[in-house]
Formats: sequence, structure tokens, C-alpha cells
Amino acid sequence: MLEFLQQMINGLSIGSIYALIALGYTMVYGIIKLINFAHGDMYMIGAYVGMISVTTFKLPFVLALPATMIVTGVLGVVIERIAYRPLRKSTRVAALITAIGVSFFLQNAVSRIMGAKIYTFPPVLDNRTFMFYGLRFNTQQIAIFVTAILLMILLQVIVKKTKVGRAMRSVAVDQDAAKLMGVNVDRTISLTFAIGSSLAAAAGILVGIYYNTINPLMGFAPGLKAFVAAVFGGIGIIPGAMIGGFAIGLIETMVSGYGSTLYKDAVVYVILILVLIIKPSGLLGKNRKEKV
Amino acid sequence: MKNTFLNKKNLTWLILGVAFFFLIQLLIQVGVITPYYRVTMYWICLFAILGVSLNVIIGVTGQFSLGHAGFMSIGAYSAAVVLRSMPNLTGLFIGMAIGALISLFVSMVVAIPTLRLKGDYLAIATLGVGEIIRIVILNMKITNGASGISNIPYLISWPLMFFFVFVSIMFSANFKNSAIGRACISIKEDEIASEAMGINTTKYKVMAFMFGALIASLAGALYATTYYVIKPETFGINNSINILVIVVFGGMGSLTGSAVAAIVLGIINNVFQPLAEWRMIIYALALIVIMIFRPQGLLGTSEASLKTIFSLDTYKNALKGLIDLVTLKKFRVAAASTGKGKQR
Amino acid sequence: MSLLKVEHLTKNFGGLSAVSNVSISVEEGELVGLIGPNGAGKTTLFNVLTGVYTPTEGKVLLTKDGKTVELNKMPPYKITHQGVARTFQNIRLFKELSVLDNVKIAMNNEARYGILGALFRSVNFYKSEAAIDVKARQFLAKVHLDELADVKAKNLPYGKQRQLEIARAMATGAKLLFLDEPAAGMNPQETHALTDFIAKIRNEMNLTIVLIEHDMSLVMSICERIFVLDYGKLIAQGSAQEVKNNPRVIEAYLGEEE
Repeated sequence: MLEFLQQMINGLSIGSIYALIALGYTMVYGIIKLINFAHGDMYMIGAYVGMISVTTFKLPFVLALPATMIVTGVLGVVIERIAYRPLRKSTRVAALITAIGVSFFLQNAVSRIMGAKIYTFPPVLDNRTFMFYGLRFNTQQIAIFVTAILLMILLQVIVKKTKVGRAMRSVAVDQDAAKLMGVNVDRTISLTFAIGSSLAAAAGILVGIYYNTINPLMGFAPGLKAFVAAVFGGIGIIPGAMIGGFAIGLIETMVSGYGSTLYKDAVVYVILILVLIIKPSGLLGKNRKEKV
Repeated sequence: MKNTFLNKKNLTWLILGVAFFFLIQLLIQVGVITPYYRVTMYWICLFAILGVSLNVIIGVTGQFSLGHAGFMSIGAYSAAVVLRSMPNLTGLFIGMAIGALISLFVSMVVAIPTLRLKGDYLAIATLGVGEIIRIVILNMKITNGASGISNIPYLISWPLMFFFVFVSIMFSANFKNSAIGRACISIKEDEIASEAMGINTTKYKVMAFMFGALIASLAGALYATTYYVIKPETFGINNSINILVIVVFGGMGSLTGSAVAAIVLGIINNVFQPLAEWRMIIYALALIVIMIFRPQGLLGTSEASLKTIFSLDTYKNALKGLIDLVTLKKFRVAAASTGKGKQR
Repeated sequence: MSLLKVEHLTKNFGGLSAVSNVSISVEEGELVGLIGPNGAGKTTLFNVLTGVYTPTEGKVLLTKDGKTVELNKMPPYKITHQGVARTFQNIRLFKELSVLDNVKIAMNNEARYGILGALFRSVNFYKSEAAIDVKARQFLAKVHLDELADVKAKNLPYGKQRQLEIARAMATGAKLLFLDEPAAGMNPQETHALTDFIAKIRNEMNLTIVLIEHDMSLVMSICERIFVLDYGKLIAQGSAQEVKNNPRVIEAYLGEEE
């Protein structure tokens, strides 16, 4: 039982990172129906920008986090502007291929600039472990969990309570109608990319802190898992991405805790395929069929 | 169309093929194609096979698969494992046959449920399948885990390579130009209408997927014996993307386009060898640029036929397309028109 | 025995009943109209009849060679093999393909070779392909589209596209056709030409046709019998005259102002 609870704690902290990345996937999908394949790489970029702001600029964690989020957010907007906007009217597969291109560009550009080596992320948060009824807690885990939850609450407030959030929801439902109602669609989409990318960047820093190392290819697997999380919860649905993120984190830690570490990634992909086949609309979504 | 194989079209292709074979053979014999260039040539051959077979799935049937390298790895490992105890051509062929059977089986098991998905969902699901195959190979004893299999006997030769290039392109073309191919194209065009016309869409999608997987596994076996060493990471997503670039660049739906794209990319890779570190960056940018400025690729959905091969216009058009692409002509046009749009 | 017999057909979406308890029958050789206000469930009924949706309740029975076939459990392509085909409200041609290829796809069932025959180009392949080619061209001549055989479907004028879609449905070998708003978006001349076309093919090829249409002049001039749907229910049936004077139909179309 104790072992199980311990796995829960580990699963929730890694799950909160998946949830943060999944939010960006789901928001972008919700608004322009694009699987932003490069989203996992925004998280990688976030980790690098975070590392630079901590090492080169000597920023403390509380400043490095927002700085990284802003820088990566801007990059997200730029990518949308250059690569995705010209394709808004073309097929979804064309847009997906472009996103794959962007993903590979980011990975390879970073490994050209920074070198393909693995960097050590500086210890910005002190790492103390304490016991609570026999359970191991780690200050970093708590920091990750708390930061993630705070960001998710912030996002919910933005989406539900502000004008921008209303614009985002309206564009997601019907772009043309939103335009007619005076919503600036282009700006809203840009903003969605900014928010999604900055959340991924936050996840990048948190992972840097948690695992100590970062490398140019670190975005691929978590990106794919976060996508699985988004699909699991119902892609396009924000609470779904959060639930999905935690669920995937838990499943993954349980599989490596009780089963085999080697197959933990395979299990996630199997879940993806099962979800897509059994209920492609996800946990919180509604099934829709093409109109004939 | 005449009623037998012996019509003018088939014979001309056959003669062209044989002539091409002997031309290259001659160039090898007199030393124009050095062993160094042979490496590039084999790369081109392998990726032409892979590109054409993926194009049957993506371009002809309209099913977006990102798991092609997975099936390639099944063929490569089957061949490598058999070649360990039987280091000769017989071993290679037995390995190929085993790989083909496993690929057919795996692709069928995978295809029947996943092909119900559409477009981008299917892409991600097949990406997952490719990764699952990779992880399974990574964890198996017989495949020697992460360190892979090395010292695979080098059995490749131009006649052997040519035979498989010729056969797989011929089969792919025959697949496309048949009632089965028509059914597949109709699925790509409009799946609902296709079903309403009496096409069993699931059956044909599975067929195209299995066909592509089969050819990919053959290419995998050839890969193993051409490059001596295989590792699970050789067949990761990078490789699937490489193949995708060829399909997209040549034109989704044009099998000859994929073959041409493999040749062009092979030559580019070779010429820019000093810039090898930039290759993936250039590939990535190429994907983006092609999608934005020339989504139909070099040839679109049309095929190079006997008529077009001997017509100068074809080359003019292809060259023009290439120049447009390189000079970002459409970008300038688009920029000019959006500029106008803003003024209004 | 009726060619098509629909018994107590119901299709629910969630709590909404798009088609409820509809029973109709169509005799062989008839040309029947299906009308009703927007959202009455006409297209949904077509979708259930052609297998796009499975009915919540009820049966769809087709008489084929003296035997009764239950269509309601079949997927769309099998229903087509039973000799039932359709067109779509928003034209669904294979746009990038030629007129000839559009028809050949409808005739795909005639191919007498399998995957191996195709890959190795067996004798059967050549025979079968030649036969399909001849048959498709003859068929196009019959429906007066032979001159356009090599034109891409998307390059046809609108009226011809509608005509090709009907021809393509016929090419499946169907004896029973469902036409979903064949005259939608057409001007009066085009509608007139289409009306003639439908009447002609029916007589020449011995077809049974059920069509959804909003153009009343077309419906009244060629349909021998008319079914009226409203809110998923069948509210009237009979000749054009009978339906026109039916108070429930008038109410359905004009609403409560009456």
C-alpha cells in the first residue's frame, strides 16, 4: 500500500508535466484543428531557455520561469506566423507535415547551436527529501506539482473569465462566425500559440529541475505522451488535457513500478491506439460523425 | 489496352529497364561508378523502394502512415537474424520471406482497427505503432537489444538491388493501375462516396497498408545487408520522416515522383556531404517550404509515362517547379497579394 | 410484392428522433418523391436506407430475384451490391478523376481478378480491364456523357456533375436509386434538362427512383407518388394532387400562421 502511494506521488509529479504540455496541444487543436507536432519541441526549447536564463543571466527560479515562458511564447507566435498561418486553408495533412517539419527543424537547429551533448540543469531549487508517514516527498516534486497546478488555475481563469478567453472559445466553435462578431481571429490564434508554448516552456524548466539533464531530443517522447494525454482526455477540451496528463503520468509510473521499465513507453502508445479506436473523442468528448 | 502482357507499353518499359540495368553495370565495370558512388546509388535504390511503397499508402490510398520505418526494421532484423546462421544469398532470401510474413501479419493486425481513423489521427496512431515495434525490438534477446546486430554479411550487388527496385516499382505501379488501385484512389478522393459505390473501403485500405508494409520489409532486408549494422534507433521516427520527405517532395500520388525524389535527394546528400550536419535542418525546412509553396510536390499526382519521359516539356516543367521552389516564387506572389489584401 | 418495404423505421440521435416509426413501400418501376420542410429527416432517412446509419429500430426489406433481403444490417457497400445506390446532397464525385474513371469505380465489382492478378498482370487482368473499359464507355454513351469521358470530374459544369453523379450510381448496376436533391442549386433550364434526364433513364433502364427535392415543379411533374415527412414522421402520402391538398402537409410547410 505504501509502495502504491509512493508511486502515486511520483506519478502525479510527472503527470503534472504531461498535463502542462497536453494543454498546449489541446488548445491549439481546439482552435485550428492542427496536431501541433512541434509542441513537444517547444517544451525542449523551454528547458534550454530556462537553463540559459538560470546559468548565463543568473535569474532565480521565480524570475526564470516567467522569463522563459515569455521568450518561448513569442517563439510559438513566430512559428505560427511563418509556418502554419499560410496553410490555414489547406488540408489537415499538409498542416501536419509542416508541423513535423517544424519539429525536426527545432530539434536539429538546437543541436547545431547548442551541440548534441547533454547539459546538466543547474540545481535552482534545493532538493530536500522528507518523510511523511513513511512516504518520501521531495521539495522538487512539490514545487513541480504546485507550479503546475497554479498555472492550470491561471489558464482556467484566462479562458473562462477574460475577454481573450471568450474570443478563444468563440474561434474554437466557429471561426467565421467569430470573425463576423468582431473577434480578431488571427490575433486570438497567435495568443493561443503563445499561451500553449509558454505552458510547455514551464514544463520544460520543471523537467530540467526534476531530471537534471536536458538534450535536443528530449521533446519527442514527452511530446508524444502529452499528445496521448490530450487525446485520452478528449482533444480540444482543456480539463480533459489536465485529467489525461495526470492519468498518463500515473499509468506510466505504475507500469515501470510494477511491470517493466522497458515497456513503459510502449504501454503509453498502446493506450493511445486503444483510445483512438474505442473512443476517439476521449474521456470528456462527444462522438461526432461526418455529415453526409 | 491489349489483352496480353505483350503490348507496346509493357515491352518498352521492359527494354528501358534492361537497358538501364546494363548501362549502370557497364559504368560499374569500367570504373566510372566507384565503390564510393555505389554507396549513394544503393541509398537511392533503397529509398526509392521505400518512397514508392509508402506512396501507395499515403498518395494513392490517402492514409497517412508514419510507421513505415517500423516495417522496414522487421525486414532488416529478420534478414540479419537468419544471416547470422546462414551467411549467404539463400539466407538473405529466407530472411526476407520471414520478414515479409511477419510484416504482413503485423500490418494486418495493426491496420484493421487503426485504419478506421482519419488523417492526422491515423498518422499519430501509426507513429505509435512504429514506436511499439522499435521498443519491442529494443527489448528482445534475438535482436540483441540496443546494441543491435553488426557484422551482417555484405551480399548486395547491383543485379540484386536492381531486381528488387524493378520488381517493387513494377508491383506498386500494377497495384495502382488496377481495379484495386482505382478503389484505393476513390477512398482518397471521398471515402463516403466510395463506400456508396460498393467499395469495401476497409478491405482496400488494409490491402494497401499491407502491400506497403511488405515492400518496406523487403527494403529493410536489403538495408541490413548493404550497411552491415542495424540498431533499433536506425528505424526510428527519423527514418520514417526521411521516407516521408521523399513522398512529399516527389508528389503524393505519383510513384515515379517518389523515385525521382529519391534520386534527387541522394545526389543532394552526396554533393552536400560537407554539410552533413545541416542535412536534417535542410530536410525540415524543405518539408515546410514544400507544403507552403508547392504542396503537390515535383510531379503532383501525375506519373512520368513513356510519353512524358521522351518529351522535353516534362523536364522544362519539372525544372520550372524546382526553380519556383528554390526562388520562393509563390512566396513573392503570395506576399504581393496579401499586401494588396491589407490595403483594401 | 413491393420492391422496397420499410417497416417502422426509427433513428434516434441521443434524445432526438430524426426519423420515427416510418413505414413506406415502393413498387418496382415507380418514381417516388420524398418531400418535407428543412430538417424533416429526409436525408437521415436516406442515410439509414443506404446503410450510412444503422436504424435504432425497424427493418428495411428489399425484394431481389424474388427473395427478401434485409438491408438494415448491412454496411453501405453491401447494400450497393444488392442493387441500391444513391447520390448526395452536396455532390460527392471523385473530383480529381476522369468521368470514365468515376464510372469504372462504380463498376469495380466486375473486376474478375484479385491482388495477385493485379500485381502479376494475369491474363484475367487484361481481359477484365478491357471488358470494364468497353462497358464503361458504352454506359457513358447511353447517358450522353461519352464526349466528356476524359474530362476531370471537377472540371465539368455544375449540371453535368449532378448528371454524372446519377450516372455513376446507375453504373453500380443499381435497380433502385436514391437521389438526394438532384436539382439543388440549378437554374430552371438545368432543372428542366435534369427532369428530362431522370424520366428518360428511368424508362430506358427500367429503374425505380426515390428522390428528395425542394423544387416542387420537378416533384409535381415527374413523381407518381409522394411521401411527406415532418419532424421525422410520415404525415402524408399519395399522388401530387392529393398531397398538395392535404391539410397536414399545408400546415407542415406553412406553420401555424394557417
